Parts: sequence; structure tokens; C-alpha cells
Amino acid sequence: MTDQTTAVTGGRAHGRAGGQAGGGAAEPRDEPDRRADAKPRNNRAWLLVLPVVVSVTFTALIPLMTVVNYSVQDIFSPNDRIFVGLEWFRAVTRDPEIRAAFLRTLLFSAQVLLVEIPLGVAIAVAMPRRGFWVSVALVVVALPLLIPWNVVGTIWQIFARADIGLGGWTINHVLGIDFNYTLDSTDAWLTVLIMDVWHWTPLVALLAYAALRSIPDPYFQAAQIDGASAWATFRRIQLPRLRGVLTIAILLRFMDSFMIYTEPFVVTGGGPGNATSFLSVLLSKIAVGQFDLGPAGAFSLLYFLIVQIVSYVFFTVLTRTGR
Amino acid sequence: MALILDGVRLRRRGEIWLDDISLELSSGMTMLVGPMAAGKTTLMRVVAGLLPPDAGRVTVNGADVTSVPVRKRSVAFVYQQFINYPSLSVYENIASPLRLARDLSRAGIDRRVREVAELMGLGELLDRRPAELSGGQQQRTAIARALARPVDVLLLDEPLANLDFKLREQLRADLRTMFQGSSSVVLYSTADPTEALTFAAPTVVLGEGRVRHVGEVAEMYARPPTLAVAAALSDPPLNVLPGVVRDGRVECLGTSFPAPHAHRPAHSPVQDVTQEAAQDVVLGVRPHHVTIGEGGPGTLAFPAEIRLAEVTGSATFLHLLLTGRRHLVAQLPGTQLFVPGESTTAFVDPAHLFVFDENSGRLLAASAASTASTASTASTAAEVDPHG
Repeated sequence: MTDQTTAVTGGRAHGRAGGQAGGGAAEPRDEPDRRADAKPRNNRAWLLVLPVVVSVTFTALIPLMTVVNYSVQDIFSPNDRIFVGLEWFRAVTRDPEIRAAFLRTLLFSAQVLLVEIPLGVAIAVAMPRRGFWVSVALVVVALPLLIPWNVVGTIWQIFARADIGLGGWTINHVLGIDFNYTLDSTDAWLTVLIMDVWHWTPLVALLAYAALRSIPDPYFQAAQIDGASAWATFRRIQLPRLRGVLTIAILLRFMDSFMIYTEPFVVTGGGPGNATSFLSVLLSKIAVGQFDLGPAGAFSLLYFLIVQIVSYVFFTVLTRTGR
Repeated sequence: MALILDGVRLRRRGEIWLDDISLELSSGMTMLVGPMAAGKTTLMRVVAGLLPPDAGRVTVNGADVTSVPVRKRSVAFVYQQFINYPSLSVYENIASPLRLARDLSRAGIDRRVREVAELMGLGELLDRRPAELSGGQQQRTAIARALARPVDVLLLDEPLANLDFKLREQLRADLRTMFQGSSSVVLYSTADPTEALTFAAPTVVLGEGRVRHVGEVAEMYARPPTLAVAAALSDPPLNVLPGVVRDGRVECLGTSFPAPHAHRPAHSPVQDVTQEAAQDVVLGVRPHHVTIGEGGPGTLAFPAEIRLAEVTGSATFLHLLLTGRRHLVAQLPGTQLFVPGESTTAFVDPAHLFVFDENSGRLLAASAASTASTASTASTAAEVDPHG
């Protein structure tokens, strides 16, 4: 069968060459050869990609596959392990503690987005467009972003304390509100939420500010001449320009807040009770504290998948609506 | 309707943007012509109320509006960039100034929007967004927005500068018919001398933040009162050569011609150029008055080296280097081929030379061709023009 095909194509090629040249000295050449002549293959590109492949393999691929490996085994000791299939995944999805942490984290992310996005945009709109105060405003706004996460946690851990913290003391003794984040779960939640708002709203503000700065002055002048109000100017001129950066800001803030770990770990350690034990806090407790590598592996993979899927959905939805 | 600017001055960052601008504009169109950075946009922004002047007054219909905020003024502004609300349809864009003015009913707004859209040829595009339009359509939308509401002052700041050639010609013709007999004060700025000439409206020439001259554009073109006006109204740019008036003759780069004495501006501080012992002057000649090959009797001949020949099809622009490293551009009809580096001779009929005083920049003598209708120039013309 294959022989026959080759014969047929070979025959056709010959016939054509003969017909074209009309008995001339045209050399019958093979098609693949000619293509190779026209476009020489260069495999050196692989060499250039190799460092990336190697580093990604070592830093991401192998660790991830190790986690996959853990997630399907019950490990008693390095030499004593049994394959359990999807058992850990089933256990993790049914675990009430993990479920509660999942809902808690989701609620936290939703609150973070609800506060930080409008607040960041409002700050960006209020920031000066030119002059001396631009640099001052930029430095002041960017300051929280420059502080390492665990330091942010430490700052707030002290700041919010009712006895020696400036914030906590003021609330208790000046405003007369009973506030203690180490005992009251609502207070703890609020402390972590406000800390996140303080830390990350500047990111939204800076992204939005960059987009707003790119709007040429004549747009604002035209709106002024029309007699448009500040709100109308924002709705019609500024907000449409923010669509792109807000997509990115929402994505970043969702992913970051959904994976929040360092700051609540430093401030509350997940407490009081389970009040601020988000998924990551719980995960580290299972993995590093209890050393349950199997469930932790399954948990990690699910966590990873959730972040991936939600981000993908977000991105698709937000970029689609732009068209 | 009348717009009066009285001694308007504006300084920013130590630079003079507007220097003692006093103008009286009435209903209908006025052209504002000047090179880049002449202060055209600044002046318009002052008129609109977007920039408060440091000194001076802006009066509309007798009322001082200098300190009235933009929102309360009856102005419309069309920018060089196509400024529309990006998130609104063409319909909504045109309707927005009407909605904000709140003096028309919903049906009234609808009627007005469709009327203006029809006028600007946007009837089919009302549902589109600005991003879905071509540049010309976007600018038409911006102009329609400005036209929608009746205003005292309509400002158009180089509205056609960002459009391509064909659209510009077309829109220019449309605008010309539209603004003729307008009851608003229409101020239209341009850096393009051709545009200023085609509108044939009263024209203000602006330069370095000052009013250079006010008058009819054709007259200014034929007999530019100053070098700055001649330069602002010449496209391609005016050729400028150095000269000296001595013993009744104008000397220029080794040639000379009899100084035209009979004609000079009445208000010129210089009494008679022929009586001066020696006076430095600047000679201006438009590129299309420079010829190559052969000149008639009485023409000035300049030996030149060909540097570059630009062929546009209908014309050839020949860049020449004269003695003393002076540049001269000749605009020759049709496509003509030249070899760069070769020598040639450029001819200029002195009748087409403008003689400006070097210090004041004022015109001392106009070309005979442009003033031939004036009886007083006849003798000058006869002296230099053998056909006259």
C-alpha cells in the first residue's frame, strides 16, 4: 500500500518535470530537498531556551510533581509509604475545617476587593495631576508597598494592641470602644482586613493613577466646556480608561488576598480560635505543623487549581466585556 | 455678537505666552494664523476660560467674562486631537452638551442631534462609538458636538491638522460654507497658510505671543506688512536673503537692482529707502517666483549649487546653495530632473522681491506684481519690469 503511493507520487513528479522542461536538462529534484534549501533549519534556538527550561524544571516543575507524588500516597516514613489514590482529595474536600477556611478566605477576598478597588480608584482620582505635589503624593501612597510583608504584620500587631498599640489604645481609651483583636474574633478579622487595605490599596491606586495620567488634558477641558459635573467626567472619561488596569488590579488583589499568609500569621496566628485561619494558614499548619504530607499535598493542589481557575474565569470575563 | 480682548497677557514659567493681545472680533469667522508656539492655542484657551490671563480683559457682548468659569461660559471648543467621550455613541456624544445645558426637551434634543449629525454627514453613524470611526468621522463628531448647542464663541483649534490630505480638503470646504454667516464668533486657528488663504476670512496673524497683523488675508499675502506676516502666510516657506540698500540700489549677493522708491507703507518710519546712505534689509521671495535656466532681462541671477530636488509630481522643489552658504528653494512646475552637486543659475525677478527693513521687519517695498493695480507703483514697475 505504501509502496504504491510512493510510486504514484514519484511517477507524477516525473511526468510534470518532463512536461515542463520539454526534454530540457531540468533536473528532477525532490520536493523536501527544495524546501530545505529555501528555509534552512536552525536548531540552535533550543540552546537559548534551555536555561529557562532547566530553571523552570528545577524551581517549579519538580517541586510541583513532588507535591503530586505526596498527594496520592500515605507516607509514614521516607521508606514506608503506600499508594492511596484519590483518598486524600476526598478527605480534604470533606474536611469541615478546610471547608470553613475556604469560605472564610473567599469572604475575606470579596471584602478586600470591595474596599480596595473603589478606594484605590478614589485615591487615584484625588491625586494631583501635575506640579510639586505629584511626587509627594506618589511617595506617600507607595510607602506601604515598600514595607516587607512580615514587617507590615509586626507593625499592625503592635499598632492594634489595646495596651501598648497606638491604634488599639486610641479606639479603647479615646473612642471608648472595647477593642481587643486577641480575644474578639470580629476585632481580629477587622484588624487583618484593615491591614490588608492599608498595605495593598496603594497598588490599586498607583495602577489607576498611571492609567488616569495617560488621559490627555483636552478631554477634561472638553468636559469642562460642556459643563459636565465631576461625577460625569469620571463616568464618561476616566472610568472607561480604567477598565484595563482594573482588570489587572482585581486579578492581582484576588489572587494575593486569597493566598494571604504572612500578615495574619504574624498578627493573629489564625486566631482567636479559627477566626482568621485562612486557607494558607491552615495549610501550613497541616503541612509543617502536623507534617501530614499526603493531605497537605492534596490540599495544595486543590488550592492551586482554585486560584488558577478563578483567575482564568476573571480574566476571560473581564476582557470579554471590554469588547 | 462681539468678542473683545483687551491687553491680554499671560506668562508661564518665566516665558511670555501672550503679550498684550488686543482684538475685536465680530460674528462670523476669523482666522488665527501663526507658526507653532505662536500662542494660538493659548489664546483660544484664554478665550474659552480654561486659562485665566495674568492681565487684561475678555468681553463677550459687552459683558466682562474674564473671571467667569468655563462651565458658565457660552463657548464650544474643537481640538486638534479628536476629543469625544470614548464610552458614548456618536449620538450620545452630540447630545451630551445639550443634556447638560438642560434647556431642551428630550424630543428637542433628539431633533437637534439628528439635524447636526445630518449637517456633518454622520447620519449613518449615530450608533457607533468613537473608536469605531475613522479619524475624519471622529473629528466630524467633535465638530458636531461643538455645533449642537448655540454658543456665543466657537473655537476651532487646528481642527484639520491631524487629518489626512483628502479629508482635510473635503472638511475644509464643508466648514467654510457652514461658518459663513454664522451668528457666533467663530475663531479658527491654523498653522497652514494655504488653509488661511482658502477660508478668505478676516485674519489675525499671531507670532511669539503677539498680534502681528490684522486684516484681509489675500491683501496680507500680496503685500505682507512685515517679514513675520510674510513668513506666516508662505507655504512653502519664504526664501530670505540678506541685502543692503546703497545709492538707490538694492545689493544682494553680488547682484543689484534699482531700489523701488515710489511705493512704501504710509506709516513706515523710514522715509525713503533711496535716501538712506546704507541700510541693511532682508529680501523675501516666494519659492514659486524663483526660476532656473533662463531669466528675462532685468532679472537677478544667482549662481547656485543644486543640493536636493524633491519631486511631488505637480511640482519640483529645488534646494539650492548660493554664495555665502545661503539657501534658496525654487518651486518649479511639473516633474523636472536635476543632478545634485551640479551648478546652475537661479533667477529672481526683482518685481517679486519683498524688501523688509532688517531691524523693524517692516515692508519697505512691495513687489510690483502684487501692487500693479496701485497707480503709484507704476513707475517702479516700469523701471524693473521690461514688459510693464
